[in-house]
Amino acid sequence: MKALSVKKTNDLTTAFFFLLPSLVIFGVFVYYALGYNLYLSTTSWNFLTPNKNFVGLRNYVKLFSSKIFWQVFGNTIYYALGTVSLSLVIGLFLAMLLNMAVPLQGVLRTIFFSPYITTMAAMALLWVWIYEPTYGIVNYALGLLHIEGPRWLTDPHWAMPALILMNVWKNTGYVMVIFLAGLTNIDHCLYEAASIDGANKWMQFWKITLPLLSPTTFFIIITSFLDAFKVFDQVAVMTAGGPANATNNLSFFIYEQAFQNFKAGYAAAAAVIFFLVLFIFTMIQIKLQDKWVHYQ
Amino acid sequence: MQNRTKPRRSISTYVGFIILLVFSLITLVPFLWMLSTSLKPSLKDVYVFPPQWIPSPLAWSNYLAAWRSVPFGRFMINSAITSLVPVVLQVVNGCLSAYVFSRIEFKGRNFLFMLFLAVLMVPTQVTIIPNYIIMSHLKWLNTYQAMIVPFVATAFGTFMIRQSFLEVPRDLVDAAAIDGASHMDILRHIMIPLSKPVILTFALLNFNWRWNDYFWVNIMTTSESMKTLPVGIISMQSGEGGTNWHYLMAGAIIVIIPVMILFLITQKQFVEGVARSGLKG
Repeated sequence: MKALSVKKTNDLTTAFFFLLPSLVIFGVFVYYALGYNLYLSTTSWNFLTPNKNFVGLRNYVKLFSSKIFWQVFGNTIYYALGTVSLSLVIGLFLAMLLNMAVPLQGVLRTIFFSPYITTMAAMALLWVWIYEPTYGIVNYALGLLHIEGPRWLTDPHWAMPALILMNVWKNTGYVMVIFLAGLTNIDHCLYEAASIDGANKWMQFWKITLPLLSPTTFFIIITSFLDAFKVFDQVAVMTAGGPANATNNLSFFIYEQAFQNFKAGYAAAAAVIFFLVLFIFTMIQIKLQDKWVHYQ
Repeated sequence: MQNRTKPRRSISTYVGFIILLVFSLITLVPFLWMLSTSLKPSLKDVYVFPPQWIPSPLAWSNYLAAWRSVPFGRFMINSAITSLVPVVLQVVNGCLSAYVFSRIEFKGRNFLFMLFLAVLMVPTQVTIIPNYIIMSHLKWLNTYQAMIVPFVATAFGTFMIRQSFLEVPRDLVDAAAIDGASHMDILRHIMIPLSKPVILTFALLNFNWRWNDYFWVNIMTTSESMKTLPVGIISMQSGEGGTNWHYLMAGAIIVIIPVMILFLITQKQFVEGVARSGLKG
């Protein structure tokens, strides 16, 4: 009995000391910061004055009645839907092709994956040059097809698609690698049984591959959506939210309001809303998971 | 790996192969364009239409010019410090907390684990304003601490390493405990050695994230001498007159070369790590 309680105290001391560093860090830079941010969102603080004036929910009211904020909100969703759907489809397509035991499989996989590991800020610079209207290679390639390319990053209609395409280039390899792992986990006998029963490749794809990949697809959708919501580097480097806020998203908006316009309280309120959006989104996904994910 | 059911490659495999080649070319073109631009002898050769893919002569000196135009050496050291130190400390903290969450049972453990997991839902953008204020109160703006201390704990790593620790056979741990091994002994001599591949993968992924971070460093540093490569390269852009794309592209290559080399050497762990994190969620 005594030995047991000694072990118990020992366990607790160990747990305490093992977790202490992480708890302190998360406690300060995540949880305290979240609370402090919530408090700031109810003030009209501008980083400079010693006093933080309490304004209640006025910042939130201002945000929700701001046309720009709704535009920013819409942009964030537009960007996420664009990148996630495109990289999902292309990534799955490439993964299925690679899975056919093609020659040079390893080399091809490395090539497709390589943009994913590169530094976004540096690649954003590269893509500014790629999208350059007169001398850039995108418009050059379009010119070869006798299409006059738009001014991309300075055109309010094309700036967002330009950012989306760039991100598809960067992220598709990541999606592909995860799908590839999912595909190799599918039992080959299922396909053999299906073809004996007369199912063609197309039917096999819809009836076997897709349902059995659904946990993988689900994971990719969640992580890619969250990543797309948080996008900052490309926006800051390539467009600074412009032209006319056409590429301004929630991440950049928070940064812009806080560190360029010094509206700390207002930006903090936007950060709270951003957090709630991510939170609700994650919760919905988790609830939906049971509905359409099939486990083998 | 050979596919046992199909000893010979069918026509559709070759069609697939050709499609893949086209896509891989599209993936590579931006890199080739970056390399090509970085070797153009002058700005006149940069702004030509139609684009010229192979510059003549190849101006390797652009790399030297880019290196000298901003304190690249300093950026490189800053990047190395602010990536390596957090990664090492994250591995340590990740192992410690993963051990608690996989092997020590006590009241409130699930609650603490939830607190760790919830951190994954809070991106740095959400807490950047209070964290900036915290850093400025601590007088940590423009210091390594600001770029290291908040990143020494890891929710993702705790989760990933815990999964691996849970797979270590219970009997092995119990036997060691009966022989009088302490928790620290079990962690160091059983858990960590058996989870080496996962820990290595986590370290690699994390090094990549820290190295590429732009958002946090951009806000926490204003002085040139404290910038890291991703932030430093942007300051190269704001030169007077037109953009010197040949120098800028040389600079961009300098920024990504370290991660590229690391990736090529360790790609097996890297790619498998990404795949594994995907499969286990």
